[in-house]
Amino acid sequence: MAAAESYPDDLLYNEEHDWARIEGDEALLGITWHAADALGELVHYEPPAVGATISKDESYGEIESVKAVSDLISPLSGEVLEVNDIVVGTPETVNLDPYGNGWLVRIRLSDPSEKDVLLDLADYRKVLDEQ
Amino acid sequence: MSGAADRPLTTDESDAMPLIFEKSRAGRRGLAIPNPGLPVPAVPAHLARKSAPRLPELAEPEVVRHFTKLSTRNFGIDSGFYPLGSCTMKYNPRVNERLVGLPGFRDIHPLAEDESVQGALELEWNLQEILRAVTGLDAVSLQPAAGSQGELTGLLVMKAYFESKGEGAQRRKIVIPDTAHGTNPASVAMTGFELTPVKTDARGNIDIEDLRGKVDENTAGLMLTNPSTLGLFDENISEIREIFRAVGALMYYDGANLNAVVGISRPGDMGFDVVHINLHKTFSQPHGGGGPGGGPIAVRDILEPFLPAPTVVRDGEAFRLEHDRPQSIGRVRGYSGPFGVFVRSYAFMRAWGPALREMSEVAVLNANYMRVRLQGAYDLPYDRLCMHEFVLSARNLKKEYGITATDVAKRLMDFGYHPPTVYFPLVVPEALMIEPTESEAKETLDAFCDVMLEIAREAADDPEVLKTAPHFRPVTRLDEVRAAKEPIVRFGFGS
Repeated sequence: MAAAESYPDDLLYNEEHDWARIEGDEALLGITWHAADALGELVHYEPPAVGATISKDESYGEIESVKAVSDLISPLSGEVLEVNDIVVGTPETVNLDPYGNGWLVRIRLSDPSEKDVLLDLADYRKVLDEQ
Repeated sequence: MSGAADRPLTTDESDAMPLIFEKSRAGRRGLAIPNPGLPVPAVPAHLARKSAPRLPELAEPEVVRHFTKLSTRNFGIDSGFYPLGSCTMKYNPRVNERLVGLPGFRDIHPLAEDESVQGALELEWNLQEILRAVTGLDAVSLQPAAGSQGELTGLLVMKAYFESKGEGAQRRKIVIPDTAHGTNPASVAMTGFELTPVKTDARGNIDIEDLRGKVDENTAGLMLTNPSTLGLFDENISEIREIFRAVGALMYYDGANLNAVVGISRPGDMGFDVVHINLHKTFSQPHGGGGPGGGPIAVRDILEPFLPAPTVVRDGEAFRLEHDRPQSIGRVRGYSGPFGVFVRSYAFMRAWGPALREMSEVAVLNANYMRVRLQGAYDLPYDRLCMHEFVLSARNLKKEYGITATDVAKRLMDFGYHPPTVYFPLVVPEALMIEPTESEAKETLDAFCDVMLEIAREAADDPEVLKTAPHFRPVTRLDEVRAAKEPIVRFGFGS
């Protein structure tokens, strides 16, 4: 069963439906309920390599459902510290728990000020309303 | 068919077909050949099989009935309406098959001397000339055997051009809009270029402001499908041309949607330097099963030296294959290309003759007629005059009744229709992409629209019927997720 629609107010978002949970100089990244719902049950997660450098607004990996393959667009820049192996093994974890066990990568931020241009929940809801 | 909802909502289990391996009985044979008494040739031990191949064992009539029954499960343009957007599933005239079966086409060898196959070479030359006229460009290579191979060939030609100018290291980027077919970015990656994605604006055109910031002297070119996969002609194509011309970059036209513009507008006039033509879409050719296809490319004169060899040239009244192209990127396929496709497409073009423009006009008219009939019941994200296809969204049904594009597509099968393309292009949520082609009569378009409208009503009145569809096919809703995650692609022999 997929999770019920929700968008936590302690996260930051981008227009491509990715979220970031900033914890000090690190952040967890994932995709929102809306993105997971639009794709349907995920069947594959192609993560970046641990140690790779990822850049804000650029693709850092791919997720795939039976409908489509989608690029993961990073909301922030940094170095990949950890990849969520649970999602690699069981990609549908993202549909079940998009903000918890369904996180995708943990990164060390290279430019923490980038968070200032990300969307808070109110702004992200405006993006959703336009869909 | 109509009134599907009145019938019982169960699949007849006797309709399920066993696999041919499941019908196998040990020792049964289709054909017993008398032992000819000849010596058995010695097979080197390391090449000999250790055990017999595990083939199904059946009598001949069982095999014939198995495959005959399977063939009745097939759905093609000959069995019904097939509005699969982006695929241009038009009717394939039977006369094409008669012509391609003429001994002068069927029985020739690709290594025959040019003098002995003048008719075949003349046909190829004439086909090249028609494609030059249709695209408004200067030279043609018939070799690529698919649209995707045309893309790769065209990009390799563009790369060779820039390398010849000493700009190979500098021109790294190819710009592609977010509505593009997936083959475009794949071709860019295979050629070794870098992908620069560009957004679509609110009217369905390339976002010009986004584009301006992304095109510079490192740009090798643009890849554009026009009309786009939204079925919309880019209203700013002249401005786009100026942006690329200004930095010395080239423009590639993905001809997937050429069926909208033949005889009306020419990619060469729009500023494109390379075009691939999907012969199997625009100019008829059975292609529902994945081939064979034809993806010739046409190019502007500056790119001609880099085309694959050979091409057909004319010397006075004689035709010959020209192999002497020192700057060619090389062959991309054996011989001069998929010849049977050439004959069928050439026959199709000649049957239309000077009226070929009507083909595109009727295709566009059909699409607009259906768009107007359906746009109240389904969302129309880009409300504009469309070209040969249009993209609806089932997001209104999803929001109100939980009905998805998949549910609509599956339900259409109950009424005897091939579903439209769904979930593409990706910029439209719950997309339903409908392409009727010029082949269909108004009655067919109306019958399909009636069913689409009925399905939209069912979404409100009885959504469960849609969520569990199809009900009247040999199999019901398949578990697509499990099929993707745990594909079974061979028989397990009970293991």
